[in-house]
Amino acid sequence: MVFTDKELWTVIHGMLLGAIFFLAFSGIWVTLFSLHPERTAGVEKRVSRLKIATWATALILWLTVITGTYIVYPLYRAKPPEGANLTQFPRSYLLASPERAGWHNFGMEWKEHVGWLVPILVTAIAYVISRYGVTLVKEEKIRKAIILVFTIAFIAALAAVVFGAFLNKAAPIK
Amino acid sequence: MQQNNDTTNGPAAAAFLAAGIGSLALALFVILAEAMTSVKNALNFYNPVGPLSGKTTMAIVIWILSWIILHSAWKNKQVSFAGVFTASLILIILGLLGTFPPFFDLFGG
Repeated sequence: MVFTDKELWTVIHGMLLGAIFFLAFSGIWVTLFSLHPERTAGVEKRVSRLKIATWATALILWLTVITGTYIVYPLYRAKPPEGANLTQFPRSYLLASPERAGWHNFGMEWKEHVGWLVPILVTAIAYVISRYGVTLVKEEKIRKAIILVFTIAFIAALAAVVFGAFLNKAAPIK
Repeated sequence: MQQNNDTTNGPAAAAFLAAGIGSLALALFVILAEAMTSVKNALNFYNPVGPLSGKTTMAIVIWILSWIILHSAWKNKQVSFAGVFTASLILIILGLLGTFPPFFDLFGG
């Protein structure tokens, strides 16, 4: 059981950082729904945890897209020298076959772009939660807006993570 | 981080609208890079990453600038939150659409 440096970065980017986001999402979502005018007991503690969780999640998401774009993606799109074994060059390997090309033309092209929307949305949410704090309990419109945008961010992240996993299966970075 | 117990909705509206503008900006750079080789080349800020480096960097710059401007304008104001948030949602959805390959491929040369 030995990882190469390249494989280790794909693990950090996808399995570690990506997985933390999904774990954090469920906790944040439940806490957001618990902020209700009829449930004021312990609200300060819940909001305090929510602030920490959303800022930590935003930070993790920025790390995910930055490592993905500037460390993993160059490994994926590296150009092979003439006569090279294409299995070592994932993008070229996928594009060399019409049957596999869709993994790049749809999967990677979607993942590499949509993933960047997620930290933008979650950073905005983290700021709004920090700014309004416990007043979110009575600010119903803002609270519902946070939940809706956070759900959209989750769906966008899901697309990126799912295609990341499929791509790593179809053409792993070795 | 400032937290007011009796605050206006302007800062929240500014944060959501700026996120929408940033999302749309990314989609526009994706579409423009697909449609025009000159834009694609100009967005190649870092060769190992290619045009993705420029598309994302420029989108983030636009997002942050728009947030600063909107926040400065609305930080002490009560705005029509429903209207601003609807506009923000439309921009976010356009951002999602513009980063979806079957859509942006329509602009490919």
